[in-house]
Amino acid sequence: MTDATLNGSGPGKSSSLTARDARTKRRNASEKRFQAYGMIAIGIGLFFLVVLAFTIIRSGIPAFTKTVVDVEFTITQAEYEAAESELFKTKAYQDLFISKLEAQLQERGLEVDFDADAIERLLGKTGGTIREYYQGNSNMLGEPVRFELAASSRVDGYFNGRVTREGMQDSRFLMKTDLDIVDALHEAGIMKSAFNWNFITGADSGVDNPGGAGIGASVVGSFFMMLVVLLLSLPIGVAASIYLEEFAPQNRFTDLIEVNISNLAAVPSIVFGILGLAVFIQFMHLPQSAPLVGGLVLTLMTLPTIIISTRASLKAVPPSIRDAALGVGASKMQAVFHHVLPLAMPGILTGTIIGLAQALGETAPLLLIGMVGFVARGYPDGIVAGFTDPNSAMPAQIYTWAARADVAFYEKAWGGIIVLLVFLLTMNILAIILRRRFERRW
Amino acid sequence: MYDTPNTERTVTRNETKFSARKVQVYYGDTHAIKDVDVDIEDKTVTAFIGPSGCGKSTFLRCLNRMNDTIDVCRVEGDILLDGQDIYDKKVDPVQLRAKVGMVFQKPNPFPKSIYDNIAYGPRIHGLAKNKAELDEIVEKSLRRGAIWNEVKDRLHAPGTGLSGGQQQRLCIARAVATEPEVLLMDEPCSALDPIATSQVEELIDELRTNYSVIIVTHSMQQAARVSQKTAFFHLGNLVEFGETGQIFTNPKDERTESYITGRIG
Repeated sequence: MTDATLNGSGPGKSSSLTARDARTKRRNASEKRFQAYGMIAIGIGLFFLVVLAFTIIRSGIPAFTKTVVDVEFTITQAEYEAAESELFKTKAYQDLFISKLEAQLQERGLEVDFDADAIERLLGKTGGTIREYYQGNSNMLGEPVRFELAASSRVDGYFNGRVTREGMQDSRFLMKTDLDIVDALHEAGIMKSAFNWNFITGADSGVDNPGGAGIGASVVGSFFMMLVVLLLSLPIGVAASIYLEEFAPQNRFTDLIEVNISNLAAVPSIVFGILGLAVFIQFMHLPQSAPLVGGLVLTLMTLPTIIISTRASLKAVPPSIRDAALGVGASKMQAVFHHVLPLAMPGILTGTIIGLAQALGETAPLLLIGMVGFVARGYPDGIVAGFTDPNSAMPAQIYTWAARADVAFYEKAWGGIIVLLVFLLTMNILAIILRRRFERRW
Repeated sequence: MYDTPNTERTVTRNETKFSARKVQVYYGDTHAIKDVDVDIEDKTVTAFIGPSGCGKSTFLRCLNRMNDTIDVCRVEGDILLDGQDIYDKKVDPVQLRAKVGMVFQKPNPFPKSIYDNIAYGPRIHGLAKNKAELDEIVEKSLRRGAIWNEVKDRLHAPGTGLSGGQQQRLCIARAVATEPEVLLMDEPCSALDPIATSQVEELIDELRTNYSVIIVTHSMQQAARVSQKTAFFHLGNLVEFGETGQIFTNPKDERTESYITGRIG
């Protein structure tokens, strides 16, 4: 029976090696097809990545610039005293400012109609700012002083192309005639774009002041939360995994724990949020909106991820290393801590960074524990103070901005996403450097 | 089979090192070792031979309680080392393993330097008071492992970068670094080429002067070359135990004869 099949079909002795038979051709074709599918998939992925990056950067960059009036002028002692003797002092300073501005424009041969209301619409209450400055620095009277005054967000929009002369309607925020002043100031080089440091360092502003909104406070909040998450979830997670993987007996109880850890990793984050609200705030009376509570909630969320990846990397360490250590008389704990853990460290760090990245981008649980509060008051003292002061986190801040009515907040949201991604990238780079250091050097 | 000279078989009576009585080993429901009685002498190479799955490795791992790490494994009976029951509740397996070193089938150096590989055991047992003493132990162990001349210039190179045979000799050196009294070797040459194998075999013969060596091997030629005593295991039973020359030339049990002539196994 076996002899018969040998003489049957299939390539016989006579077939040449150079001529491919139909079967080989089919196999080669299917392999080529498979490779092509793979390349197409990667191509599509890359395309969307590029589109995403381009969109984020194009929409987010305006958040990092602001329009300022950069003007240098001198106020003499006499002018100062005159202004101080007026009844409406800030009004006097504003008039002073307008006259200086007008003079500078005339020097450059530009003629525009100024009125105090227009300047107020464009630059806010300039008089107060100037008066405050000279009261603090009276020695500068008679000297040329350079002022950089932020323009309103609608002027920003005009420069970005968000607000156009045709599309806009006159309102108490901006009139069409104001744009003539803007154009003239721009032409004179007095009004220009500058880097918006306030966006990176500042705190959130009120709903009617998108120009003053910054993400700095929530960066600090996110940083504190990540610190709490890292300090709690890494030691607890690694210790739990080592115990479960290396020491715990295999029985129904540990099986149950194992299954439940896997299940916890798939629980929606909002569930952890409401748990945090009930346990940490309502039961334990920890402060609301605090990075400490946010960190605790996110720790609960991150732990399963870290435990699962740590156990996987402990499992991946070859058993021969454990045998070798036990064979020379190391105790089980010595074998684990001297030999197994160092070899598993790169995998543990990878898992940790995935967990932290998830936690960093989480919004839903923060909404439930109140980490969306408006925290501009007392900044920076109140926020930088620590873990128990009210703060917000980056994703929650972005969510808040995206939900506001004023379109100017829309670009702030995109800018916030850029900052969030930069933060994430920094974390990842740090993890890669750490992992390199732990990796076997041979 | 007899083309290499067998080790001289002077019939000397050495002290008994290990003495096993009625040893039973169970893996869950499987009865892996049945009623094994054996006396293993000091300063002697004892070979365990037998077909795959006959329990020789399992029995070897009982001698330094490496089977403790397997949850389902259960050992009954008495195994005495110098008259002390090693399965006594008061015996700490960690101390036992320092006395009974082990070399494994696959060379398994730690992914550290050659120096650290050897120094690890002495360090955790506190055998060296200072760096100079540790250096001395490392050199002595590497010399005993017959690898000193090959690695003395690169002690801080990774141990995993050595060839297979060198790695195995490094592992033997690591095992002797803790000053054990017995060396257990679980098929130490099965992953090595013939040249490395003959180097390791020579080394085993030298080690006999200081230690009691127990070697599990699949190669009957190897057993004949290196051992003075041979134990033949079959299906969990210790079928025959005696002088190596007698086992190979004049076996008493017909199963032993069938195995060494290649009819079973």
